[in-house]
Amino acid sequence: MADGGAPPKAPLVEVRGLKMHFPIRSGLLRRQTGAVKAVDGVDFDVIEGETLGLVGESGCGKSTCGRAVLRLYDITDGSIRVDGQEIGRAGQGRLRRMRPTMQMVFQDPQASLNPRMTVADIIREPLDEHTKMSRREKREKVLELMDAVGLNRRFAGRYPHAFSGGQRQRIGIARALALNPKFIVCDEPIAALDVSIQAQVVNLLEDLQEKFGLTYLFISHDLSMVRHIATRVAVMYLGRIVELAPREALYAEPLHPYTQALLSAVPEPDPLAEAGVKRIILKGDVPSPANPPKGCNFCTRCPRVMEICREVDPASQEVAPGRFVACHLYDGSPVPKVVAGPGPAPRSEPQPETTTTTAGETAAPNNEQRLIEPQQGERDR
Amino acid sequence: MTDANLPLEQIAAEQPFKHRSHWWDVWAQFRTHKGALLGLFFLVFITLFVLIGPSLWGVDATALDIRNKDVRPIYTILWDSSAKVSWARPLGTDQLGRDNMAALMQGGRISMAVGWTAMLLSVILGTLVGVLAGYFRRLDGVLMRFTDLVLALPLLPLLLVMMLLFRDTLRAAFGPEQGIFILIVVAIGVTSWMQTARIVRGDVLALKEREFVLAARSIGTPSRRMITRHVLPNVLSPIMVSATLGLANAIITESALSFLGLGFPSDFPTWGKILFDSVDRMAAFPERVLWPGLAISLTVLSVNYIGDGLRDALDPRIRGT
Repeated sequence: MADGGAPPKAPLVEVRGLKMHFPIRSGLLRRQTGAVKAVDGVDFDVIEGETLGLVGESGCGKSTCGRAVLRLYDITDGSIRVDGQEIGRAGQGRLRRMRPTMQMVFQDPQASLNPRMTVADIIREPLDEHTKMSRREKREKVLELMDAVGLNRRFAGRYPHAFSGGQRQRIGIARALALNPKFIVCDEPIAALDVSIQAQVVNLLEDLQEKFGLTYLFISHDLSMVRHIATRVAVMYLGRIVELAPREALYAEPLHPYTQALLSAVPEPDPLAEAGVKRIILKGDVPSPANPPKGCNFCTRCPRVMEICREVDPASQEVAPGRFVACHLYDGSPVPKVVAGPGPAPRSEPQPETTTTTAGETAAPNNEQRLIEPQQGERDR
Repeated sequence: MTDANLPLEQIAAEQPFKHRSHWWDVWAQFRTHKGALLGLFFLVFITLFVLIGPSLWGVDATALDIRNKDVRPIYTILWDSSAKVSWARPLGTDQLGRDNMAALMQGGRISMAVGWTAMLLSVILGTLVGVLAGYFRRLDGVLMRFTDLVLALPLLPLLLVMMLLFRDTLRAAFGPEQGIFILIVVAIGVTSWMQTARIVRGDVLALKEREFVLAARSIGTPSRRMITRHVLPNVLSPIMVSATLGLANAIITESALSFLGLGFPSDFPTWGKILFDSVDRMAAFPERVLWPGLAISLTVLSVNYIGDGLRDALDPRIRGT
């Protein structure tokens, strides 16, 4: 996918105005008193053959979004088109016929495999449900799939508990591949794995993409991994997509203040380069999705907040070809107002809510932790 | 993962799905549970005892022999040389001269049959209600309130009313013994499924949130196969436990009913009834309480152990395959 260029192929998945609200019930009569707006109006396309990375901190609605796209939930509102078919309001019968096109790889390989089924049974389940193959054909197919994901054929009769995390994830991937899907949602497929295994699984996913022409929606909080695998990246914050851009452009030049803060948290392997990196530490916590702030969702923590941000919800706008940002900073001008390369942009307004430190001072091992880490103590150091 | 151990690989490639039979693995694990094995032996023994015992022993359990009433068991002679004993009556006779051994066998037949059928009925009912309530949110409220309702009913009066209402109709339709058997089994079954239903519902609720159920949904598995393939095998343990408890409960409830005169006819021995009939003269004739009591307890205990062993044997994590 050319950076910034118009996508050459038609979108395989089109999501428009997707909303997924979970009701909050309370009181004696269990009346609905509110809703957790886990996903609140999300638009994106996934082009055939690409990998769209979906990043954001814990609890921002990434996983819910991925599951809602596959209609594992009954969505509150919005439209989802997969392979030209509208499934946003489809009933279970129609969805069932669509299932072979779209599959999912789950986060926790331990929990996503039934402990009472053998590996062969697990991988065969989609075949049992959707194909009319004979037992022998199914057996052949299962063994082929095990070869494809790098599992020894001898393990077919074993149970999931006998495998390591990486092997279990391979079983999950084999199951997702069984029906030759076009579109696979990878819901943090590497989050529960050891770092050494993460690379194996990601490379496997890339190989399979090349081999079978798959399209991925890759959900992760690991920014470096997304940079490695994704062609385009969408950044989510509190149920919204705040920025969507081709990978290189996004990592080189983040536009939205939240993306800037997020990217500044990525550890820099080169110590010399790291000394020069400025970290943007966001202050405060993510607002509750049950009660998001008025105006822009990010206005309570944004280092460059303006008056309008607290009043008007910014719409997503295309500021450069293929680059979408939902931020008032870019209102009216298609060209970014303030762009200063990687790192935080120069500030003009008063910024009561940020502080800048060099990245070396914090050594959290995990990116997700880094994203939610801005605590008071950090600032005082 | 891709070690090229060729000979093994070839064997495995030919027979990768059943390198060892599943049930063979289960049996191998079951054998390691000593209590379960012992329980199994006892259950086989007691089942044979009540099934083919009467034809070997050849004494009618209901035949009166008033001259030989109150015969003590043969072993009483060990400490009381003046006791009335007879080799023809190794376990003695009761106050009407009926043979205790024959009664124990005949009674065991009825007790075991009632126990197993009532237990199966209550487990099936309880599992059905529990799974439906746990899996389908819409049914949950209705089914669980219904369960609470049945739980809140006073059991004994309910059973008595059922007996009075249906006894004569069923007797007329199926004959006195068959009719009362059906009535007792159904009565016990429909009044003891609630605990199972609650336990199963709780487990299904927890299971439904597990990711593998979500994964099955993303494959497009319809609800009925979701239940049989993913939910039921994983709630097997609590079902098994409540089944073993249910068997004991059914045998004891049947005794209580017989004791109240609403179970089987009075000349029809069951373990529970022998027990209750003998309570009055327990001090003078302890054996009449001891043997049926022992039979009930040991059967229940052995079934408990078998259930325990089976639960472990069916769990692949414990089995280690």
